[in-house]
Formats: sequence, structure tokens, C-alpha cells
Amino acid sequence: MIRLSRLHKSYITGSNRLHVLKGIDLFIDSGELVSVVGSSGSGKSTLLNVIGILDSYDDGEYYLGNNLIQGLTEKRSAWYRNQMIGFVFQSFNLISFKNAMENVALPLYYQNIPRKKRNRIALEYLEKMGLLDWAEHLPSELSGGQKQRVAIARALVTNPKIILADEPTGALDTQTSYEVMSLFKEINEEGITVIIVTHEKDISERTKRIIHLTDGIIEKEYTTKLKVNYV
Amino acid sequence: MFDLDAWQEIFSTMRKNLLRTILTGFSVSWGIFMLIILLGSGRGLENAAKSSFNRGAVNSLWVFPGSTSMSYKGMKPGRELQFHDRDYEETKRKNDEIEHITSRFTIVFNTILSYKNKTAEYEIQSARETDMFVEQMEILEGRFINIRDIEKSRKVAVISPIVRDYFFGEEDPMGKYIIANGIAFKVVGIFKDASERNHYRIYIPTTTAQNLYNGRNNVSYLGLTIKPMSVQGARDFEDKLRTQFAERHKFNPEDSRAMFINNNWEYYNQMLNIFLGIKIFIWIIGILSIIAAIVGVINIMLITVKERTKEIGVRKAIGATPGSVIRMVIFESLIITSFFGYLGLFFGTAIIELVSNLIPPNEMFNRPEVSLPTAIGATLLLIAFGTLAGYFPARNAANIKPIEALHDE
Repeated sequence: MIRLSRLHKSYITGSNRLHVLKGIDLFIDSGELVSVVGSSGSGKSTLLNVIGILDSYDDGEYYLGNNLIQGLTEKRSAWYRNQMIGFVFQSFNLISFKNAMENVALPLYYQNIPRKKRNRIALEYLEKMGLLDWAEHLPSELSGGQKQRVAIARALVTNPKIILADEPTGALDTQTSYEVMSLFKEINEEGITVIIVTHEKDISERTKRIIHLTDGIIEKEYTTKLKVNYV
Repeated sequence: MFDLDAWQEIFSTMRKNLLRTILTGFSVSWGIFMLIILLGSGRGLENAAKSSFNRGAVNSLWVFPGSTSMSYKGMKPGRELQFHDRDYEETKRKNDEIEHITSRFTIVFNTILSYKNKTAEYEIQSARETDMFVEQMEILEGRFINIRDIEKSRKVAVISPIVRDYFFGEEDPMGKYIIANGIAFKVVGIFKDASERNHYRIYIPTTTAQNLYNGRNNVSYLGLTIKPMSVQGARDFEDKLRTQFAERHKFNPEDSRAMFINNNWEYYNQMLNIFLGIKIFIWIIGILSIIAAIVGVINIMLITVKERTKEIGVRKAIGATPGSVIRMVIFESLIITSFFGYLGLFFGTAIIELVSNLIPPNEMFNRPEVSLPTAIGATLLLIAFGTLAGYFPARNAANIKPIEALHDE
């Protein structure tokens, strides 16, 4: 699904050149549940941004499926993000003046799906998240866990191949975090590749494969003893 | 992208900042409102000036005798000129530029008119059949003085509605006799002049006036209209007339006091130029005030885009193309400027219409109005400026990088 080879990425700030990713070789297969861990500044978020086509890279190669992701126009990147990838963020990033249903339906708007149809699909996903009763509520009227489940519904609504989650439990309490993690697990069991960036050990332990990033290189990686029932 | 969804997207974001949207929109409304009020008032002034142009037709020239101020061929200065029928005839014969020409004999005494037991003093003006065109009159009833009246020096009169109302009231004036200086004039018609000031008079044939008031073949002054020509052409024609008169009356053609020519075609064109100038000035002021409003819109849109950086970032992350972001921002600006501009246009036009109905036409202000081309012009201006106002903020919005926007504080 995802193949990175000798991937380099630097940021230039003023006269300084900050080498963030120093040759990443990584293969993530379809249907994996992966976490990327590392201390802050290790490059884990940058890696996620590159995988999510939110950011470019300087050297190496990145294949998403069979497509080389390189030098894309903004329009093409937007299309890939819309069609292939669902994003979940630490701070949820719901649009404050849209209700839960409209938030979930938004990616479908950019696929030019008519309003009635996309609202119907959005409601289906909210129902899966157990939030049907909250469909008309604004994000400000929802709890943290509910917001994150709305965000997950939004990530899923386009039926993407990959879910990318950047610190999805960073703003949640432990109990809610575990609920969100079991949600990711369920999603993963439906065959969707899930990649989670986290710095919380207990969260990473709830994934099947942990990639440990230190100073822009993959220091180590291992599979966990997590019992996984492949569908 | 002009579908319902696009509009809903924009309206939901505008509702979010309703107060700000309204305040920004108000400046646009105000700009257009002022432009419309200024243009409408300018038109009112122009109409008033045009309708109080009571020198007859816009292409008319009036030729008056003066007294010489230069000695010429042995004659002393200070000689008073007197026009005669010959001046009328020769001027008519020698000049192809002339459309219509009339000669007048002014009656300066005993202008008291009476009918039955009513008496009033009105101006008794002499006229030929051509006066209808030189003065720009219409006939409301009956007829104007005709060529037979002139030839036979008939005692007929054409009266104004004011004179009719005073003497006849509800009575039919046609065929009745008005007495002036002991002489009865048969009323044959009622005229209406574009300038109301000319309504305090009656017209009698010039030849009749000459006969009855000891005029012999004397003529007080000439009036004529010229065929379409440039202002310079009219000036040249003036010089030509002056030369002809100088020859007949033996005065120095350079003598500017020997005769006077009121060239209305030149006055009229000068007036048109003044109003064109005023109109251009109003448009410039109007456009500048709209630009000030548009800068306000740009400013507020830039702030809006800045505030919505995160939201736009989210939209881009989940698949919004730069094009769709640009469209969203430009549409929003376009809607604000068009809607509020249209409000300004509407209220401006409404006030102009109201004023037009409330204030009776007078010398200074007459029928202010907003013409359709003006309204269309203002609307197009709004759309152009609205798009322009959206462009810079939209470009900023399109350049937002999702990763920077989504960066957690």
C-alpha cells in the first residue's frame, strides 16, 4: 500500500537547514494497523504529512498503491487526499459552524456528490459511530470523544484506503482514548490501513506494528502481541 | 459550481460573521448610494438648465441691432441701427445654412388686453409662421400663425394656456376676439412653449404688428434656426451674417457693438459640455468612494481568510482543490458587494424617485432621475469590483498550506 525508499526531507528556516527525515525505508501493506512513535522532533509528524501528501519530500521515492507521489499539482494532491486518505487530527479540526452531519459530509461535497445523498451517507457513518442523535449538533456541543468520533466518521466517509491519525488521543482522557483505539481497530478489521502517530506507549501498544523513529531514521520496529483477527 | 451547494457553503460562512458582513456591506451600499444620488441630482440640474433654456430652439440664433462704436466710411460712431424687412428677406435668400427664419416687430406700449370685462397686461409678441420652430412651440388647439396671416396682415392671435385660462376659463376661446389697443384679434390657436416663461404672451402676425403699430417695414430683430453643424461652423456662420449686415448697414464688420448675435447653438453646446464635465466629475467621485468601500471589503476578506486559515487547511486536507477555495472566497466577496451594492442602488433610486415626485420642477432642479444605462453601469462596476476585491484574499486562501494550518498550537 505504502512504500517509501531512501526518503529525505529538510526544512529550511532562514539560513538553517533542518534535516528531518534522513532516509526512510518503509513498507506498509494493505490492512495493517501501524503506529509511529518517537520523541518530539523525531520526524514522526513530518513522516505522516508526507504520507498524507500534505507535504512534499526532497529525495527518494514514495509510492501510494502503484502511484509515484512526486511533483503533483495541488489539484492532483487534493484528489488523492480526497479519494485515498482519511485524516484524523489531535485537535479534531471540525468546522465550528457546521453541525456533525455537515462536517462528516464535507469530503463528499468536494466529490460533487449532491447534498441529499451526501447527508444520507454522513448519517450512516454517524450511526456507526453511535452519534446519530447528535447529527444536528455543532461541534461545540459535543464532548472530546464525540468530536473525535465525528472526525473519524468524516475520515471514513469517502471510503478511503488509508486512515492517517496524528496524535488522535492527545486531547482525550485515558478511557476515551481506549474507546477511540478500539474504534480504529474495528476500522482496521474492515480492511483499511490505519497509521497512527503517537507518543503514548499504551496507545502504540494497541496497534499491531510499532515503528520507532529517532532523529529522522527508523531506529527499530516490532510487531506487538496484539491478537488480531483478520476478516 | 454555481449550484445550490456552493451558495449554501458561502451563506453558512457568511452567517457566521453576520455583523461584520453587514458592516462591511454597508460601506459598499453607501458608496453606490452616494453615486446614484449624485448622478440623479446631476441629472436634475441638467434637466432644469435645459428646460429653462428659454432662448428658443437649441440651434437658434437671434440677431439684434446695436449702435456703432467705430467710425466707418466717414460716418461717426454712435449711429443706431434699424433692421428692415429687407434684412429679413436678404438673410433668408443668401444663407443656405438657415432652416427657419422669422422677423419680429416688438410692441413696447399699450399691451393691455381685454376680453368682455376682464383686463390684463401681457406681452404682445409678433411672429411669423416659422416662429413655431424657432421658439420650439407646440400647438395645443387650433393653429399657429400661417403664411396667409402674414401676407394679408390678418388680425389673429395665438394665445398661451395661461392667457386662455385667465380670459376664457371654461369658455372655448377659439374664434373669440381679444381686444388690444382698441383692435380686436381673433383667437385662432393655443400654443405651448417648452419654457413656461414664454407663456405670458400672445402672438400676432409680424406684418399685422408692423401695420397697426406704425412699424412700416421696420424689424426689431431676427430669429433663425440653423441646419445641423459644428459649433465652429455656427461661429463662422455668425461672422458671415455680420459681414452681410455690415455691408447693408454700412458699418465696420469688426464693430462688435453695431449688432449682436445670440448664438444658442454655441451656448447650448457649452452647457452640454459643462454637464458632461459635471457627470465625469460625479463618476470619478463615485468610483473613488466605491474604491474606498472595496478596499474595506478586501481588508475584511483578508482578515476573514486569516481567521479561517485552519478551516481552509482542513478543507484542503480533505480534498478541497485550490480552485474551489478561490471560488469560495471570490463568490463571498462578490455576494457581499453585489447584494449590498444593489441595496445602495435600490435606495438611491428610491430616494431620487421620491424627490422627483415631491419637489415640483423648478429653475434649479427638475426631474432628477437614474437612467437605466446608469444603473446597469453601476451594477457592472459592482460585479467587477466585487471580483477584484475577492481576488487578493482568495489568492492568500489558495496559498494556505494544510500542514501549517493544521499545526497544533
